Amino acid sequence: MGWLISGLGWTVAVSLCAWVVAFVIGALIGVGRTVNNRPISFLCTAYVELFRNVPLLVQLFVWYFAVPELVPEGLGQWMKRGMPMPEFTTTVIALGLYTASRVAEQVRAGIESIPKGLKSAARANGLSGTQMYRYILLPISFRLIVPPLTSEFLTVFKNSSLALTIGLLELTAQSQQIADYTYNSFEAFTAATVIYIFIALVVTGLMQIIETRTAIPGQSGKAA
Amino acid sequence: MSGFDFTVILESLPFLWEGLQLSFFLTFLAIIGGLGFGVLLALARLSGIRALSLVAATYVNLIRSVPLILVIFWFYFLVPLALGRPVGGFQSAVIAFVMFEAAYYSEIMRAGIKSVAKGQVQAAKSTGLGYWRTQRHIVLPQAFRNMIPVLVTQAIILFQDTSLVFVVSLRDFMTVSSIVARTEGRLVEMYLFAAAVYFVICFAGSLAVRRLQSKVAT
Repeated sequence: MGWLISGLGWTVAVSLCAWVVAFVIGALIGVGRTVNNRPISFLCTAYVELFRNVPLLVQLFVWYFAVPELVPEGLGQWMKRGMPMPEFTTTVIALGLYTASRVAEQVRAGIESIPKGLKSAARANGLSGTQMYRYILLPISFRLIVPPLTSEFLTVFKNSSLALTIGLLELTAQSQQIADYTYNSFEAFTAATVIYIFIALVVTGLMQIIETRTAIPGQSGKAA
Repeated sequence: MSGFDFTVILESLPFLWEGLQLSFFLTFLAIIGGLGFGVLLALARLSGIRALSLVAATYVNLIRSVPLILVIFWFYFLVPLALGRPVGGFQSAVIAFVMFEAAYYSEIMRAGIKSVAKGQVQAAKSTGLGYWRTQRHIVLPQAFRNMIPVLVTQAIILFQDTSLVFVVSLRDFMTVSSIVARTEGRLVEMYLFAAAVYFVICFAGSLAVRRLQSKVAT
C-alpha cells in the first residue's frame, strides 16, 4: 500500500510539472505558428511535426541516454552524475516537450477559429500585434480550447507511466513491482487501475468546473 | 564523445528490419481487430438499448482512463490465465492492443455514425431495410468516408504506441534498437536512428492524412 501511494505521488508530481512545461511552451509554439513571420512560424511548425511524429518512448530514451553524450562534456557529466533526481527531471522534460507539441496544436486551432473580423477590428482600433494577441486573441482562444486541453491533461497522467522504462517508480511501475514480489498480480493491477480511474474522475471534475467558469456566454461549451 | 558510428547501424540492419516488420504487423493486426471491435462498441452505444449502451460506455471510459502500459501488463497477465496455458508475448500484445484501440476507434466511429444525416436512416427504414442492412449498406459506408482522415491519424498514433511493447520485451523495432544499443554500447546512434525512422514513417503518414483531408473535403 505504501508503495502504491508513493507511486501515486510520483505520477502526480511528474504529470503536474510536465503539464506546466507543456502549457508554457505549447502556448508559445502555438502562437508562433499563427504569427505573420515566415522563419518563426516555420520553426514552430517544425517543432510540432518533430515532437508529434516520434513516439514518446523513443523521445524519453533520447533525452535520457543520448542527450548527455551530445552536449558539451562538462554539462553531460553533470547530467549523468550531479543532476538531482535524473529520472524525474528527464521525464518532466521529455513528457513536457512532447505534450507541448500537442498543446500547441490546440492553441493554434483556437486562435485560427476566431473570426477574421476580430483581428481586423483590433487593427483598426490601433492595437499593435502584441496587444492584439494579449487582449483579443489569446483570452478568447484559451477559453475556447478548455475542453480539448482537458483531454490533453488526462493524457499527461497516462503518459507519465512511460517513466517506468527509465526506472522512475511511479504508479504503474509500483503495481508491477508488487505483482512481481507477491505474485498477487490481480490485486496489484486492480489497485493501480482504480487509482488511475480516480485520477481521471478528479481531473475531469476539476476541469468541468473550470470549463463552466470560463465558457463564453452564447457559445455553448458542449458544442465547442 | 567519439565520432558518430554509422557502422553499428549498418551492421545491425537485418536485425532492425525484423523488429520493424513486427511493429508493422502488430499495428496491422491491431487496426483490423480494433476497427472490428470498435464498430460493435459504437453500434452498442448508439443502439438505444439501455443495458447494452451502458456496458459499452463503461468499457470505453474504463480503457480510456488507464495508461496503455497498464493495459499491456493486464493482458500479459490475464490472457495466459484465461486460456489456462502460457501463450507467447506476441498474442497477448495483439489482444491488449485490439482491446485498447477498440475503445478509441469506437469513439471516432460514434462521432462518424452520428454525422450521417437522420433522414438517411429513416429513408432506409421506410424502404424496408432491417437494422443490420441499414447499418451495413447505408450508415457505415457514409460514416467511414467521413472518418477516414481521423482513422488514419489514429493508426499513426497506434504505430507509435506499439513501441510500448518494449515493457514486455517483445522484439519490435524499439526493443531491437535498444538491444543493439546496449550490446554494442552505442546508445546515442541507435536511439537517434530509431527516432529518425519513426519520424520518417509517421511524418509520411501525416502528410498522407493531409492529402486525404483535402480530398474528402471537396
